[in-house]
Amino acid sequence: MSETLDHIASAARTDAPPAIMLDKVNKWFGALHVLRDVSLNVALGERVVVCGPSGSGKSTMIRCINRLETHQEGKILVNGIELSDDLKALDDIRREVGMVFQSFNLFPHLTILENCTLAPIWVRRMPKKEAEELAMEYLTRVRIPEQAKKYPGQLSGGQQQRVAIARALCMKPKIMLFDEPTSALDPEMIKEVLDTMVGLAETGMTMICVTHEMGFARQVADRVVFMDRGEIVEIGEPNHLFENPQTERLKTFLSQILRGH
Amino acid sequence: MSDITLNASAKVAEAAPRSAPISQIGFVGWMRANLFSGWLSTAVTLLLAYMIVRWAIGFVDWAFINAVWSVPNNQTQACRDLRGTGACWAVINEKHRFILFGTYPYEEHWRPALCIALFVGLYIVSAMRRFWRKELALIWVGVLTLIGVLMWGGVLGMPYVPQERWGGLVITLILATFGLALAFPLAILVALGRRSKLPAIKALCVLYVELIRGVPLISLLFMASVMFPLFLPEGMNIDKLLRAQLAIILFAGAYLAEVVRGGLQSLSKGQYEAADALGLSYWQKTGFIILPQALRLVIPPLVNTFIGFFKDTSLVLIIGIFDLLTAGKTAIIEPAWQGFGIEVYLTVGAIYFIFCFAMSKYSQGLEAELNRHGRR
Repeated sequence: MSETLDHIASAARTDAPPAIMLDKVNKWFGALHVLRDVSLNVALGERVVVCGPSGSGKSTMIRCINRLETHQEGKILVNGIELSDDLKALDDIRREVGMVFQSFNLFPHLTILENCTLAPIWVRRMPKKEAEELAMEYLTRVRIPEQAKKYPGQLSGGQQQRVAIARALCMKPKIMLFDEPTSALDPEMIKEVLDTMVGLAETGMTMICVTHEMGFARQVADRVVFMDRGEIVEIGEPNHLFENPQTERLKTFLSQILRGH
Repeated sequence: MSDITLNASAKVAEAAPRSAPISQIGFVGWMRANLFSGWLSTAVTLLLAYMIVRWAIGFVDWAFINAVWSVPNNQTQACRDLRGTGACWAVINEKHRFILFGTYPYEEHWRPALCIALFVGLYIVSAMRRFWRKELALIWVGVLTLIGVLMWGGVLGMPYVPQERWGGLVITLILATFGLALAFPLAILVALGRRSKLPAIKALCVLYVELIRGVPLISLLFMASVMFPLFLPEGMNIDKLLRAQLAIILFAGAYLAEVVRGGLQSLSKGQYEAADALGLSYWQKTGFIILPQALRLVIPPLVNTFIGFFKDTSLVLIIGIFDLLTAGKTAIIEPAWQGFGIEVYLTVGAIYFIFCFAMSKYSQGLEAELNRHGRR
């Protein structure tokens, strides 16, 4: 266990320019202040796990990174490009940022293979044959190449989520965002998805992952971000953060998480 | 009462599988459960069966056994002698060309006949999934143009036939096909526009839908035929059929737009977000992800609207266009054939029924096939 941790710690390149930079980001849903002065830098190749109680703004934060939600104050830079109303810049950013959702959001009317090849063919302008080869490569990596001709409805939840990961990877993104990828899964399927994500982390992918899976956080995260009520309360290495929580809020949260397991 | 279930908890050896009692499955079981489950149900079943058989025998007698199939030279006396006991199909025999083609010149009837065949062929080709390619749109444009050329004539040695002389089934098919073929894309654009973030586009689409839905089709047709020409500059005249066609397109478009919008709204937000996150553009997202799913969700109401409009084309009779129903009605104005309305209306009804039932059956098959893989 400690060997893997050492390996991962050395993989974090903290001196590289930030892949993602959030600077004093604020957002409101109506009168509700959901993000309060959120600032966070994520280095290239870094793996960040975001945790916190529900309603703490963690999903909103990562959804701001590819502008599924728009922030109202502050600056967000992805790969050095600032998120704004500039649609061209947004296209450039979305092409480089893959996202995996809690509810998979596969396209139910397309086969698994078509789900994976659609964006590479139309956004990346990749020839169909090449896109299919690439898709099969990633489907093999998430260990479901034999399901390529099936439709999402014919797969289990865990398989669907792995397809969703493969679909995002087919765009060859530089950054991957995971929005509670295992929360909608039955317990016996959580592991297969987490294994896939660990495998992905080992390739050096920049990842931001909202999750309650503390085991996963300990295993792959370079840093853990704890959010509560729209603020980043604590940031630190997973072991340090979990064993020496500095704030009452994190202590309460950790005790609730542990009780839940 | 609850004691019984409590006492019944003794262990039972696993029973060998056996089939249900013969009295409860198969045809006998079905009859017993649905038709003869009690004395009241048995009585109703027997009574209805008696009435259905009586009526069916009466109809067969009237429609086939006692019917007159043809009479020489409009001599309808043989028919009149049989009134009430036998059908006079001679009226259909005599007037079928008028019902199908209206007052189109007799020696040119092959042209509308060919048009009807082209329409039916177009429907069949479009219904087959293996022809669902980009080329299908070209086929539609080609065939519809060809139909226009055939009907008007004036080229290739075909004499020109003014629109006033068109009529019958071919008019119904023209109004319905052109109407729905143009209203459907319009409806999709309006439905998308109504969900647009751009306020001007959204307002325009809402205005269009609400204005058109707020008035009856008949008043739109009146406007098209009476008021619209008043606004045109002197000397300029747009064909009456074309104006009616426009009114139908605008009317059908508003209704179909709301059907399509219903489909758009029933899609989960996640589908939009997944498409956005992959970097698909608005039109890519709409064309590949949103519409294919939204449209297959609304196949039943869509076909419902299609069928409704196919029949609503008969309203053009009020502005003096001879569609199938009007042609049928006019066919029995001639004194010799007066009084044979039942036969004519049954025939016209049967023609409408064939088209509508085909649409309905086809949509059921399509729905089953497209939704085979389950949703999500």
